[in-house]
Amino acid sequence: MNDRAHSEPSLAGGERIVAEFQIPYRQYLDGSGKLVGEAPAFAGDREIVIPLYRAMVLTRTFDNKAIALQRTGQLGTYPSCVGEEAVGVGYASVMTDKDVMLTTYREQAAQIWRGVTLTELLLYWGGDERGCDYKGPREDFPVAVPIATQVPHAVGVATAFKLRREPRVAVCALGDGATSKGDFYESVNLAGVWRLPVVFVVINNGWAISVPVAKQTATKTLAQKAVAGGIPGIQIDGNDVIAVREAVGEAIERARSGGGASLIEALTYRMRDHTTADDATRYRREEEVSAAWKLDPILRLRTYLGAKGWWSKEDEERLIGECKEKVEAAVAEYLAIPPPRPESIFDHLFDTLPASLQWQRDKLAGGSR
Amino acid sequence: MSEVTMVGAITMALNRAMADDPRVLVLGEDVGANGGVFRATEGLLERFGEERVMDTPLAETVIAGMSVGLAAQGFRPVAEFQFMGFIYPALDQLICHASRLRNRTRGRLSCPLVFRSPMGAGIHAPEHHSESTEALFAHIPGLRVVIPSSPSRAYGLLLASIADPDPVVFLEPTRLYRAQKEEVADDGERLPLDACFVLREGRDVTLVAWGAVVKETLQAAQKLAEDGIAAEVIDLATISPIDFETILASVEKTGRLIIVHEAPRNCGVGAEIAARVAERGLLSLQAPIERVTAYDTIVPLPRLESVYMPQEKDIVEAARRVVRFA
Repeated sequence: MNDRAHSEPSLAGGERIVAEFQIPYRQYLDGSGKLVGEAPAFAGDREIVIPLYRAMVLTRTFDNKAIALQRTGQLGTYPSCVGEEAVGVGYASVMTDKDVMLTTYREQAAQIWRGVTLTELLLYWGGDERGCDYKGPREDFPVAVPIATQVPHAVGVATAFKLRREPRVAVCALGDGATSKGDFYESVNLAGVWRLPVVFVVINNGWAISVPVAKQTATKTLAQKAVAGGIPGIQIDGNDVIAVREAVGEAIERARSGGGASLIEALTYRMRDHTTADDATRYRREEEVSAAWKLDPILRLRTYLGAKGWWSKEDEERLIGECKEKVEAAVAEYLAIPPPRPESIFDHLFDTLPASLQWQRDKLAGGSR
Repeated sequence: MSEVTMVGAITMALNRAMADDPRVLVLGEDVGANGGVFRATEGLLERFGEERVMDTPLAETVIAGMSVGLAAQGFRPVAEFQFMGFIYPALDQLICHASRLRNRTRGRLSCPLVFRSPMGAGIHAPEHHSESTEALFAHIPGLRVVIPSSPSRAYGLLLASIADPDPVVFLEPTRLYRAQKEEVADDGERLPLDACFVLREGRDVTLVAWGAVVKETLQAAQKLAEDGIAAEVIDLATISPIDFETILASVEKTGRLIIVHEAPRNCGVGAEIAARVAERGLLSLQAPIERVTAYDTIVPLPRLESVYMPQEKDIVEAARRVVRFA
């Protein structure tokens, strides 16, 4: 397509190189579940790795149930995160309670780790604002549905931390499509120039609904978009929870200690349709999807746990049973929550409802328009 | 008490708000060393330092979006958008986030921010510097829209906007920035955000206006008084939510209503006021409602801008028509 974009620079007379960049790629747990390269010490610590695995399985159990609920008319349009569990669990696991997460809408794995309840997730995707009143991470933003609009919020939250001299970090998750938007570039630029404590996790799942990454950008990586903002950029295997946890952990610590912002591109794959309202067979080949299943983050981590002797068939069966139980309990709780009072649509429009809007609320409460 | 222009009153309010509340931050393009292109933020950097008066990169989307993040974290960002023609990237953040963060989190997070922007024609500015698009913002639920029309109201309304727990778009008519001086006490007094101001009482016709054309509307009322027509002049000031009760009470008294705005006629805020009077005050009306507005055209470049803007004589003629009607 565009050869020039990928060709080596040749210097004309009078030219010299004034800037260069390199983008490293990191992977420890390969597609078959084998460790490659020198893995970080925590990879040998079952107290750390097993909880990551459990969270990934819980997320997938939840996700499968959510789709079933949507298909049976008990949940609204739902964006599956199947196949992307390692990224969310990985970065959320290195955040502290004091850090703040700002994310796009396919990040159930991270949300669950952060303490958003399964019932809250069902409530939100079931069409009820109360699902965003997280009882756990009170300062985490609700998911942003418009693309990339949460990225400048993260820059604002990070500015707040910096102004208050708090050792806290804003972690912002966004998709590959979001890197085409101005919101993203403006934010990365500001995060660089103000040295803000923010980490941008670009979850490259290959597809922005029907548009593949190759049609989003001419760059070889999304990680190199960090270069434009003067911040470090790295590409990692996003289906390798060890790499995610380590790379994001380093970026968070750098941000926390005053070293400024970073960008991490995590390569993964959107295994399912964009949402339950989408049909991916219209635009992508089945062979691509079945090839991606071979790189499944859960499968490879289970292989690793098994090879370590940390995980038996019984452990697996017990975990599946526990996850199903948790999800079923949440579903029952969700389905038992009655819809809010109609006039509650006025409850949080303003801090105090202006007198001039009171009549509309009263009419609604009285059953007329 | 000191005599100040409207831009001076705005600077005074910003100083007062920042001195009284450490959560208040000023950010935007050229707001620091330059003191803003209209000098509204002059002296703030020297007094409050660069952590509270932040020159941002030239990027309106991130100015708007980071203000949402700052506000949700408990700060009170007051962001300046250099001209109204440059505020539109912020519409996305206003509609999708600032106005609904409280609602969609059931009050868990909120967004107490102020977006300030100059508005309106009449200063012979280049393209994109002269629009009056307040109706775009007034259509957004969960957002307040405020337009001052005098130094004292600018002072009190801006203080109230900054103190308000919800997002406010505060639009400043550039034509009035230095048009008039007024005694304004720097007493920290806030004006209400959901009340219009009756600037002149009268029994024959109600003139509702806001922003720069309040000036022409008051002049028209003076002219009408010479003819024995007593016009009541209301400065709407808080464009959204609208204090409709004050307008209705006035129309019930006068039986005649003229709405004056510098924005285009089609779907202007005047249409909303006229519709509400038709709904609730129809039987008080003794004449059709008239609107004196700009044309539904692009704001012309300066050579024709006075043609575009409503003039005193247009208001006087409209008032005479409705008074003669019955």
